[in-house]
Amino acid sequence: MSRALISTGGGRRGEASRGSTVDMSTDLAGIALPSPLLTASGCAAAGKELDAFMDITQIGAVVTKSIMLKPRAGRATPRMSETPSGMLNSIGLQGPGIESFIENDLAWLAQRGARTIVSIAGESVDEYSRLASKLRNVGGFEAIEVNISCPNVADRGQVFACRSESAAQVIQAVRRNSDSRTPIFAKLSPDVTDIVEIADSVIRAGATGVSLINTLLGMVIDTRTLRPALAGVTGGLSGPAVRPVAVRCVWQVRQAFPDVPIIGMGGIRSGQDALEFLLAGANAVSVGTAVFNDPSAPLRIHQELAELLAERGFARAADVISYAHRPEETTPVRSAEDDGGVEDWDFISE
Amino acid sequence: MPEQIMSEVLDNRRVGEYHVLSLTAPGIAETARPGHFVTLAMGGEESSMVLRRAFAIHQIASRGVYGGTLDIAVSVQGRGTTWLAARRRHDVVSLVGPLGKPFSLPKQGVSCVLVGGGYGSAPLFLLAQELRERGCRVDMVIGASTEAALFGVLELKRLASSLTITTDDGSAGVKGRVTDVLEQTIDRAGADVVYACGPMPMLAEVARISTKRRVYSQCAVEEAMACGIGVCMTCVLPVVGDDGVTRMVRSCVDGPVFRGDRVRWQDIGTVPSDAFGAPETEVVT
Repeated sequence: MSRALISTGGGRRGEASRGSTVDMSTDLAGIALPSPLLTASGCAAAGKELDAFMDITQIGAVVTKSIMLKPRAGRATPRMSETPSGMLNSIGLQGPGIESFIENDLAWLAQRGARTIVSIAGESVDEYSRLASKLRNVGGFEAIEVNISCPNVADRGQVFACRSESAAQVIQAVRRNSDSRTPIFAKLSPDVTDIVEIADSVIRAGATGVSLINTLLGMVIDTRTLRPALAGVTGGLSGPAVRPVAVRCVWQVRQAFPDVPIIGMGGIRSGQDALEFLLAGANAVSVGTAVFNDPSAPLRIHQELAELLAERGFARAADVISYAHRPEETTPVRSAEDDGGVEDWDFISE
Repeated sequence: MPEQIMSEVLDNRRVGEYHVLSLTAPGIAETARPGHFVTLAMGGEESSMVLRRAFAIHQIASRGVYGGTLDIAVSVQGRGTTWLAARRRHDVVSLVGPLGKPFSLPKQGVSCVLVGGGYGSAPLFLLAQELRERGCRVDMVIGASTEAALFGVLELKRLASSLTITTDDGSAGVKGRVTDVLEQTIDRAGADVVYACGPMPMLAEVARISTKRRVYSQCAVEEAMACGIGVCMTCVLPVVGDDGVTRMVRSCVDGPVFRGDRVRWQDIGTVPSDAFGAPETEVVT
């Protein structure tokens, strides 16, 4: 019945040029990116497959699937179950191992001219150290994202990111074994009582920034087979269903650390979703599950975000970061009711 | 190279238990080969169904103003396919394709047996046409639980030198399974190649019989996929490579067509302990 004060214009086709005046360049921990849109680790492999659907050099960066020291076959199938506005997965970090990754995937990304953030995962602190050293020796990437929160490892639920001490130990090890100029992002789990406390511990341990959030631990039971739907029993929940949890995590960490670089992710599938994360305090955003539905989603969302920023009068994407944290305006906002108008009487039928 | 397009529904018709949708597919239909598949997004932009559904390409055509078009067969199983089966002429759906590795075709006119289970016969139409054009003999075996679950009997009769039908309940053709009549069909046709599409247990048996008869087999698998383009790693199965090493390979980009003698059918749903990258010791939690 009341009139909306701000129109929430969606992506209107035919007005694609509207957003072209907005400066979308992004500074992420000192890395200059042409866009705040990144892929999300585990949802883009190493970029090659998606390059058939969008020019991966046009997005901010490709965040590669978490790579481990050795080749890994992953978990048994079924590995996936669709859930309301989301999906549950239990892949178990299948991958070729760091040697093959460096030789093939990282080399391809460099030759393609894409910016790369390498995600690493290990089962022990020592494994993370060795991964970092191997990467330091080759270079050719912009940053490291340290996956300390994948729920699909042997010690389920007891991931490094669940405790401040273990989270800090891993980050310290990666920091010590990396080039001091390489930004390190710690990817945190939302399955904790106080994410700010974990963020605090990894920042103290040398993380340049944090990536928020990894999947939430979930479970689906198949009511036909009367058994868990996934071979791995539990899995990581992702997609739009988790978005409010992710926005909350970004908001809380941003409130506690006004200057720490944050990569936000969790259920982003439109420019409006990306805008929400920037407003909450993310410097860049990763698009994950949405890529399975729309393989060119990161580039589409980049364009939609640019349009939304233009509509709201922002000249630079950088200006909207953390904007939702600004103090309350002192001048009273005119309420819809003051406008009067016929809307107020809509409920009377004649 | 796969394309991602907004496609218009040209037709939606009932065929037995199934729906056949005709879709505009410029740039996709032209490059599609037998065995390729497409994926469709379910339920529109704000859908709560976040994953695409995969469908084998059943037919391709060139229709004047629409350019290339393709047909898919839909079996209504859940929310997504219920939504898709309710699409009408002029509705628009998001389409990605052609995807996957298609069937390998013989270089000369050999004898081929094509086996389809349920609507697994859908991709065999294009294949049969293509084989016929190459001068191959085509014998077909299709089977289903009941007569209504058979797909495309009339048309396949025209495409094949012989068509054998089986149903579990005997409501049409031979009572039994496709694999009950496969061996005699191979013998009668003097088959060099067996092509198959259908449920995993059927494919496992087709591969076993073909290998036993020293006939080369190609099976199109139906694994649950989240992305269909090779990035999510959900649709893996254990397959033996040219080097003899078993790997967990993606059925969307390394398949869906595999050599029957290379898939470790009995190990599907597991990670064999000798697979590349398998845990060295079993982790007890």
